[in-house]
Amino acid sequence: MKFVDEFRDAELGRVVANEILASVEPGRHYKFMEVCGGHTHSIYKYGVDDLLPANIELVHGPGCPVCVIPMGRVDDGIALAHEPGVIFTCFGDMMRVPGSNGSLLEAKAAGADVRMVYSPLDALRIAKQNPDREVIFFAIGFETTAPSTALTLKRARAEEVSNFSCMCSHVTIVPPLRALLESPDLRLDGFIGPGHVSTVVGARPFEFIPADYGKPVVVAGFEPLDILQAVLMILRQLADGRCLVENQYKRVVPYEGNLKALEVMSEVFELRPHFEWRGLGFISHSGLKLSEAYADLDAERRFRVPGVPVADPKACQCGEVLKGVIKPWECKVFGTACTPERPIGTCMVSSEGACAAYYNYGRFAREREVV
Amino acid sequence: MAEPAVVSEREQKILGIIETARGKRAKFRDEHITMAHGAGGKATQSLIEGLLVPAFGGEALAELADAGRIEIDGLGLALTTDSYVVKPLRFPGGSIGELAVNGTVNDLAVSGARPLALSLSLILEEGLPAEELGAEVQAIAAAAAKAGVQIITGDTKVVERGHADGMYVCTTGVGQRDPRALLSPQSLKPGDKILLSGSIGEHGTAIMLARGEFELDATIASDTRSLWPVVDAVLDVAGPQLRCMRDATRGGVASVLNELARASGVAMIVRERDVPVDPAVAGASEILGIDPMYVANEGKLVAFVASEAADRALEAMQAVAGCEDAAEIGEVRTEPPGMVLVETSFGGRRVMDQLVGDPLPRIC
Repeated sequence: MKFVDEFRDAELGRVVANEILASVEPGRHYKFMEVCGGHTHSIYKYGVDDLLPANIELVHGPGCPVCVIPMGRVDDGIALAHEPGVIFTCFGDMMRVPGSNGSLLEAKAAGADVRMVYSPLDALRIAKQNPDREVIFFAIGFETTAPSTALTLKRARAEEVSNFSCMCSHVTIVPPLRALLESPDLRLDGFIGPGHVSTVVGARPFEFIPADYGKPVVVAGFEPLDILQAVLMILRQLADGRCLVENQYKRVVPYEGNLKALEVMSEVFELRPHFEWRGLGFISHSGLKLSEAYADLDAERRFRVPGVPVADPKACQCGEVLKGVIKPWECKVFGTACTPERPIGTCMVSSEGACAAYYNYGRFAREREVV
Repeated sequence: MAEPAVVSEREQKILGIIETARGKRAKFRDEHITMAHGAGGKATQSLIEGLLVPAFGGEALAELADAGRIEIDGLGLALTTDSYVVKPLRFPGGSIGELAVNGTVNDLAVSGARPLALSLSLILEEGLPAEELGAEVQAIAAAAAKAGVQIITGDTKVVERGHADGMYVCTTGVGQRDPRALLSPQSLKPGDKILLSGSIGEHGTAIMLARGEFELDATIASDTRSLWPVVDAVLDVAGPQLRCMRDATRGGVASVLNELARASGVAMIVRERDVPVDPAVAGASEILGIDPMYVANEGKLVAFVASEAADRALEAMQAVAGCEDAAEIGEVRTEPPGMVLVETSFGGRRVMDQLVGDPLPRIC
């Protein structure tokens, strides 16, 4: 595949790996957080860790859309799915996320009409094909997916599809990062910035990280070579005593973001005063809901939603994993009570979740050398 | 001070606990059947090993081979059965009727049995156009003739409109065990080579595109075909040095390798760059976020061959029509037992686990 294979080239990977080796200050331990779950997935899928010296530690961040959905929100989704006449649509991973009483997949087996879709437009198409049913789309994700939900809602409005509505659980990336940086138990040397989110919001929103917290950020793409290069760029900033936001993913990310997408989002969504995050608790101005202009397409207004916050299971340490405070395997239930086939926590569900990535791909890593 | 490079003791201990938990016989504890139970991954395994095998017992069944073995007055036979519920009924490269013949024939073939005869059960939906049924009957007859098997008995049932999505097909096959074949998962040895009979992921991808849910434009045809010719060719040159075979259907090559690694207590290492994948399949998988190693095939087998016979087995495979892309993709190791590891094209290494969840329901 052109424009993909080049970024998976083992030979080039070795070249960058050697440059990284040369840029590492001997004896120093580096901790870099990859904010986005897509990076976590790529790191494990391609074994990127294996090309890094052992004193570079990659810490997984909170940027996995499925992982941050709290249990109460899943319960709300299941309640909507059981409403008479409803077709409840969501992305595949979301179906397996446990609520306080089972998942959407189990609700489906128990009779609810839950359907997996690959895009919000698929949900709108289902609504048009089933005019006598109410079709709800469970929208999740950061600013990466929010514009496609917004455009779908605009289209629903334009085409007067009256049986379509959206349960909006979109979230924004900056508030949880700020919360994380305020947390005293985390010591990081730099950030691999989220490439997908940045295609929409640009790289500028991350400038507060070097400015207020003194950590370098390199916005990176998702191929293994992108990630290696981002690591190298952070190392070079540290070595040169520079501290700023750099954009490794220039082939996709404009520094100012996608203005059209941002415009559509601000038309369709507005910030919630606060939103509950799995394991992180309530964070102010971190979630999106439909704006007043689109209130009639808001499933939470069209139907009764329980809206009961549910505490995470006691044994589950997803919050600590999402903050990068502990490694997946350090969680008490990792791999025993909590497995990809029977997840307790969200991080074990999505392929972008740190626990699932580590469980599925990461075990039996090679021993690496310290420089 | 830099931290030590070795995996910490605690991490090692936890990995040990996981491996013990994984090694245990799967339990069936679900309240309902979900689509995941049909996907060929871990949920399917829990259904089979946790519910079915304990109920029926028996040595032949416990092996969980593609076909059961039975001996009648010294004559070794193999018996297998399968149901076909693919949606849509017709797709590029084949149809439900053709699958119903080849799928069952292949379960016999990879068990080292020459396919002889099939039974055929048709479950038809009220309202199914006779023309569609006629086309499938023709497809079944043609596939059977090509595979050299006869349909010798059958049954028909009709169910009310709204059930059976047009038609379901069930076939049972009987074959004669080939004296050249001494196949068993237990015979896998460290150093054995893993051969794959061609490029992977075509059937699953073809079905997915034929459903039209993704609006992707690519011409990918199902690989449905009888595997007996390639089995016959490999047996000819490798005989008892062919240790074991599986056809890589639901759950793809990854599931087959995991199943065998667990059953035989060996490790396997796969070299990602040596696995043949058609560029169109690779592209579609990339877009959909699916690993072709987990996508179903209907005409590909994985063969484990003693190292000294691997080259001639591969040559024999490549000489069979439809298997020109056959490749050696890895080998059997000892550590860590029961695990499949991948050397990634990028130069890293990772685990390739069994499938969880169901990327593509009802593909066969």
